[in-house]
Amino acid sequence: MTTLKPQPTYEMTGQEKRFIGLHLVVAIFALAVGSLFGPLQAFEWSGLDLYQYLEPIGLDDYYKGLTAHGVLNALVWTTFFITGFLTLTTIVGLRRPLRYPKLNQVGFWMMVVGLVMAAVPILAGWASVLYTFYPPLEASWAFYLGLTLVVVGSWIEGYGFFFTYIAWRKENQDVRTPFIAFGGLITMAMWQIATLGIAVEILTMLLPYSLGLTSGTDPELGRTFFWFTGHPLVYFWLLPAYISWYGMLPKQAGGKLFSDSLARLAFWLFLLLSIPVGFHHQFVDPGIPSGWKAIHAALTYGVAFPSMLTLFTVVASLEYAASRRGGKGLFGWIRALPWNDPSVSAQLLAGILFMFGGIGGITNASYDVNLVVHNTAWIPGHFHLTVATAVTLSFMGISYWLVPHLTGKPLWKPKWALVQTWLWFVGMVIFSNAMHVLGLLGAPRRTELGTAPYVPDEWNGHLLRVSIGGAILLVSVIMYVVTMVRTAAQKERVAVGEEVQIPIAESLRDPQLTPLWLDTWRPWIIGTVLLIVLAYGPQLYDQITNASFSSPGFGP
Amino acid sequence: MSDQQVLGEEQPSFHADDYEKKWIGVSIVLLVAFAVTVAVAGFALGFQVPGDESRVDPRTVADSGPFSQPGLRDLGGGEYDAYILSQQYLFTPREIRVPAGSTVNFYITSIDVQHGFKLQDTNINMQIVPGQVSKLTATFDDPGEYPYICHEYCGIAHAAMFGSLIVEAGGGS
Ligand code: HEM
Ligand SMILES: [Cu+2]
Ligand SMILES: [Cu+2]
Repeated sequence: MTTLKPQPTYEMTGQEKRFIGLHLVVAIFALAVGSLFGPLQAFEWSGLDLYQYLEPIGLDDYYKGLTAHGVLNALVWTTFFITGFLTLTTIVGLRRPLRYPKLNQVGFWMMVVGLVMAAVPILAGWASVLYTFYPPLEASWAFYLGLTLVVVGSWIEGYGFFFTYIAWRKENQDVRTPFIAFGGLITMAMWQIATLGIAVEILTMLLPYSLGLTSGTDPELGRTFFWFTGHPLVYFWLLPAYISWYGMLPKQAGGKLFSDSLARLAFWLFLLLSIPVGFHHQFVDPGIPSGWKAIHAALTYGVAFPSMLTLFTVVASLEYAASRRGGKGLFGWIRALPWNDPSVSAQLLAGILFMFGGIGGITNASYDVNLVVHNTAWIPGHFHLTVATAVTLSFMGISYWLVPHLTGKPLWKPKWALVQTWLWFVGMVIFSNAMHVLGLLGAPRRTELGTAPYVPDEWNGHLLRVSIGGAILLVSVIMYVVTMVRTAAQKERVAVGEEVQIPIAESLRDPQLTPLWLDTWRPWIIGTVLLIVLAYGPQLYDQITNASFSSPGFGP
Repeated sequence: MSDQQVLGEEQPSFHADDYEKKWIGVSIVLLVAFAVTVAVAGFALGFQVPGDESRVDPRTVADSGPFSQPGLRDLGGGEYDAYILSQQYLFTPREIRVPAGSTVNFYITSIDVQHGFKLQDTNINMQIVPGQVSKLTATFDDPGEYPYICHEYCGIAHAAMFGSLIVEAGGGS
C-alpha cells in the first residue's frame, strides 16, 4: 500500500496551453456559427421566415441550415471541446506531458482538415442530409470523407492519451489513476469502440456509393450501424461534463468529491452499458424483431443507473461544500453555493435542467411509450436539455475558468457571464417546454413547419413559445461568444500570483483506499466487448448476411 | 493532496456510506419498476412496436405485388389491409376512408429515401425504410379525420408530405 506524498500541481507549458486553446478556438467558432441556425429554425416555426433574407449568402434553405446546425453544434463544438478538455485532464491529472505530443497534433489537424472538407459541401448545398445522413439520401463524398477524418483524428488524439497513460503507469505502479485523467481515458476508450459503427457504415456503404463505386446501400443496416455509434455519442458528450461535475465543480464550490469509489464505478458502468443500447433509437424501425428492441430497452434502464449514481454523488459533494460554507436545511444549502461565480452557476443550472432531460430520456427509452414521441418535436426538446444544456452550458462554465487559465487574462465582465448563464437557463426552459408539448400534440421534428399544410391552430401558441425561447438563447449565445473573444483579445493580464488555477477536487476518502478492481482496465474492457457481442451480435449477423445493397441514392 | 488522511492500516475497499447504499437500492427498485410497467404494457396490454415484417426490392416493389396497387383491401368482418407507398414527397394513396369500428393493418414501404409515418392521435408511428415493409395495426372507433404525416426528413419538400385517414360514422362502406 503506497501512501501518496503531497504533490505539486502540474504547470502546463505555453505550448500545451496553446494546443488546448486551438481546440477551443475551433469549438467556439463552430458553436457561434452553428447556433445562429437554431433561432432561425425556431422563428420559421412561428411564421417568421428570415431565410428569404439570407438568399444572397446562399443560406436560404431550411435543411441546409439544419444540417449545419446539427453538425456544427452536436458534432464539431462538442468533439473539439472534448478532445481539448481531455488533453488537459490527461496531462494535468497525470502530472506529466503527453507521451507523443506530435501524435496529438497530427490528430488535431486531421480533425481540422476533416471539418473543412465536410463544411464546404454542407454550405454549398451538396450535403443537406442532416447530421444523421441516413442513406439513401446521398451527399457529396467530401462530406462523408470529412466526417471520417474528424472521427479518425479524434481516435489519434485518443491514442495519444493512452500512450501517455501507459507511460505514467510504468512509473506509478501502485497509484490510483487520478480521477480526472481516469474519467477522460474511459470516455476516450468508449468513443473508440462506439465509433466503429459509423466507421463501418461510411467506409463500406456511404463513401463507395457516393463515389459511384457501388450502386446502392442497405438503408436499415445503415441505421443499425449509425445507432451503434449514435447512442454512445451522447455519453461521449456527457462524460466530460461529468468529469467536471465530479472532479472539479466540488472544488469550485469549496468542497470535495464525496465518493471516489462510486464515481469510478459510474464511469465503468458507462463504458459497459452505453453501447449495447442502440436499438432504443430504432424502436419503430422495420427489419428488427421486437425482442431485440425489448432487450435494448432493458439495457437502457441499466445505463440510467450510473446517471442516478452521478446525481447522488454530485449532489452530496455540493451539499458537503455548502455545509462548509455554512449552508443549512434540506434545500436551504443550495443557496450557500457560490452562485455568483459564472462557472459554478453555469454548471449548477446545467445540472438542474439535466434532471428533466434524464426523466424525458427514460420516457423515450420506454419501448412502447416511444411510439408517442418518436420523431416528434419532443425529441429535440429533450436533447436541447441534454447536449445543448447539460453539456453545452457546462462546457461554457468550464471555459469561464479555462480560457483565463490558458491565456493568463482575467474573465471579461464576470457579471455579464453570470447573466449569460441565466439567460440560457430561462431561454431553454421556455424553448424545451414548448417543444415537449408540441411533440405530445404530434408535431414532427426536422420539418419546416412554417410551410407545412397540416399544422392545426392548436400548435400556434407553442410554436410562438419556441421562438421566444430561441430569441433568448440567441442573446445568450452571442453574450457567451463575445465574452470569450473579449477575454482572449484584451491586453490586460492577471497579476502574478493571481492566476486562475485549474480546479481539481480532492476526494473525501483517499483514492488509494478505492479498491484496485475500480482501477483495472482488463475485466471492464472484456465485459464491454462481451456485452456488445451478446446484445448486437445475432441481430447484426442476421442483417449483414441478409443485406441487400439495392437501394440507389437520391438527392434531397 | 495536502490534507489527506493518514492511511495507517486501512486497506482498500469499496466504500459507500448508508445514504449511498439506500440511494443505490432506491435507484434499482425504480428502474426495475419502470421496466416491469413497460413490459406489462407491451406484452399484456398489447401496445406494439413494428417488428421484422418483410423485405422488398425498392426498385421493383411498385411494379408487381400488393404495392403495385396501393390502397385499401377489405378482409371482411371490419378488418382492412392498407398498402401505402411513400416517395419524395407524397403518400399513395393520399386519402383512405374506413367506417368507424374498423381495424386496419398498415403496410408501408418507400421507393426512394427514408420517410416517416405518424398517424395523429393514435399509436401508429413508424420509420419507413426502402427495402423494408413497416407494419402496425390499429382500430378506429371514433369518427373523424386523422392526418398521417411524414416525420422523417426526406428532402426539400418534406414538410408538404402528408395524407388523411377518414373514419366515417355510421358503418357501411
Ligand atoms: C441557440 C440556441 C438554439 C436554438 C434556438 C435551437 C433550436 C433548434 C430547433 C428549433 C431545432 C429543431 C429543428 C427541426 O427539427 O426542424 C433544433 C435541432 C437541433 N439542435 Fe438546436 N438550437 C439551439 C442550440 C443548439 C445547441 C447548442 C446544440 C448542440 C450542442 C443543438 C443541437 C441540435 C441538434 C443536434 C438538432 C437536431 C438536428 C436534426 O434533427 O437533424 N442546438 N435546434
Ligand atoms: Cu440513445
Ligand atoms: Cu418526409
